[in-house]
Amino acid sequence: MSLQEYRGVMVVAEQKNNKIHSTTYELLNWGRGLADKLDCGLYCAVLGNNVQELDELIFRGADRVYHVSSPCLENFLARPYAAALARLVEEEKPEIVVAAATTTGRTIMPMAAARLETGLTADCTGLDIDPVERILLQTRPAIGGNIMATIKTPFTRPQMATVRPRSARQAARDTARRGEIVAKHYDGALFSTPENFLAFVKDTTQDVNIQDADIIVAGGKGMKNREGFKLVEELASLLGAGVGASRDAVDLGWVPYSHQVGLSGKTVAPKIYIALGISGKIQHLAGMQTSEYIVAVNKDPEAQIFKVADLGIVGDALEVVPQLIDQLKSIKANA
Amino acid sequence: MKIMVFIKQVPGTDNVKMNPETGTMVRTGSNNVINPLDENALEEALSIKRQVQDAVVTAISMGPLSARKALNEAIALGADAGVLLSSRAFAGSDTIATARVLSAAVRKLGGADLVLCGERATDGETGQTGPMIAEMLGLPVITFVKRIQMNGDRAVVERMVENGFERVEVPFPFLATVIKDINEPSFPTLAGKLRAGKAEVPVWGPVELGLDNGKLGLAGSPTRVVKVFSPKLARNTRLLKQDGSGQAVRELLKVLREKEVI
Repeated sequence: MSLQEYRGVMVVAEQKNNKIHSTTYELLNWGRGLADKLDCGLYCAVLGNNVQELDELIFRGADRVYHVSSPCLENFLARPYAAALARLVEEEKPEIVVAAATTTGRTIMPMAAARLETGLTADCTGLDIDPVERILLQTRPAIGGNIMATIKTPFTRPQMATVRPRSARQAARDTARRGEIVAKHYDGALFSTPENFLAFVKDTTQDVNIQDADIIVAGGKGMKNREGFKLVEELASLLGAGVGASRDAVDLGWVPYSHQVGLSGKTVAPKIYIALGISGKIQHLAGMQTSEYIVAVNKDPEAQIFKVADLGIVGDALEVVPQLIDQLKSIKANA
Repeated sequence: MKIMVFIKQVPGTDNVKMNPETGTMVRTGSNNVINPLDENALEEALSIKRQVQDAVVTAISMGPLSARKALNEAIALGADAGVLLSSRAFAGSDTIATARVLSAAVRKLGGADLVLCGERATDGETGQTGPMIAEMLGLPVITFVKRIQMNGDRAVVERMVENGFERVEVPFPFLATVIKDINEPSFPTLAGKLRAGKAEVPVWGPVELGLDNGKLGLAGSPTRVVKVFSPKLARNTRLLKQDGSGQAVRELLKVLREKEVI
């Protein structure tokens, strides 16, 4: 493999129902930074069926958009998507490929990396260029965020990484930007796979997807029972926040698993994380300690959660939260 | 039906404490356990075994010789056999080098009708090895699986995605990576433990697997760790008491205002 043959930074657009998801603009922000440091082009790979509003990707920083469009990509299936991505990379030879660390990215990137026999680093929170080696430096948390590791891919191309959603701002929009949109049509055989997509079922318990949320209000055992946990949900709804939970609250059946934050649940990094009645076992901290600002309410002044909190309130969440809810309601009423 | 389950031995977290200054894990004791999501994968394999005729469940682990303990546990839980993939040549493997070894083991065992593993391990947390193995074996893969419903020569599988779940129908053979939601792992039985005590667990290295050392371990890994460091997690915590004066709640509202939440 001649490393010099590979040039340019490619980001893989995140789409849902053939509409671009805003996580893509975070990827373009990462990608633009890397491409400028390398003095090369920024490409955006769009996999789907007639994905709309591709100009937006150019406004957000892409120099060229490759749209691999096929009815076989109407719904997400791992093999057709991974095959399309690997083919596009083989043709266009970018030196770096970055996707979001979502259920899609975390599925197709490993498959493409295996096919391309190159290195892939999961769930990065930092990407940079080593100017001397002209190589990608990928920084990721490991062991539940307790250790950070910087990883490189020195001998093979492309250098591949998935990046954690919300680890960068969305790229600014500039409608004066110009770029190129290239349609890619591949033979249907490339997409052939024996499985059938049957249905998507929306999670109705989750108004706000916690991994997308700017604010998360999370509750733990300190909420005492299902009734108590409703306060968490009420506060979240007043703040337009996602509802998170500790493992205890999930195991007690107060809230479904899709809300669980931590080592065996979801990793989140919102702007504000409000932990209510959560003691802060290391498994929970692992899933939320990179949040921008952390508020914790707990009766026990020695609770571990206060070790990672910016603002801690030593008190019973069952007393504090109703007061907070009352205040917020009166603020809203007077607004 | 041949069901193969990959299990990884990881450090237990029950005795883990955090150093508040550095935020690093302080491990007390050397209690290694089966990666929790791999236990779910094994439980699912055993549950499917109960539903179909003539199913054989084989647990496969790559690791040091001490990982035999994890395979013995798997047999005690109900796996029919265990295979340990262990060699100095495997040391320092990244995800792709690991996937080469695990997929070679499936091939040596004559292929599988169903391959299961946890969606990710609690130590590396990459979640990459499962999809890589599927690609190397040419199998369809369903990730983040929370339900597998058997239906003759195929299965209806539910996979969790960001805002709900997807239902996919897939014929055997395929590979699935499972999440915690899929089941509740059970405990080993006394009979299982007795069986595990007697079980022979073969150890395979590169020669048995027919693998070239250049593709294995650190030498065969495309990624290199440049540095490892502790994130600065300790924050300047402002601690207030809920004392009935309402000050704590006022402070919290002030923060929410500063952050433009309200």
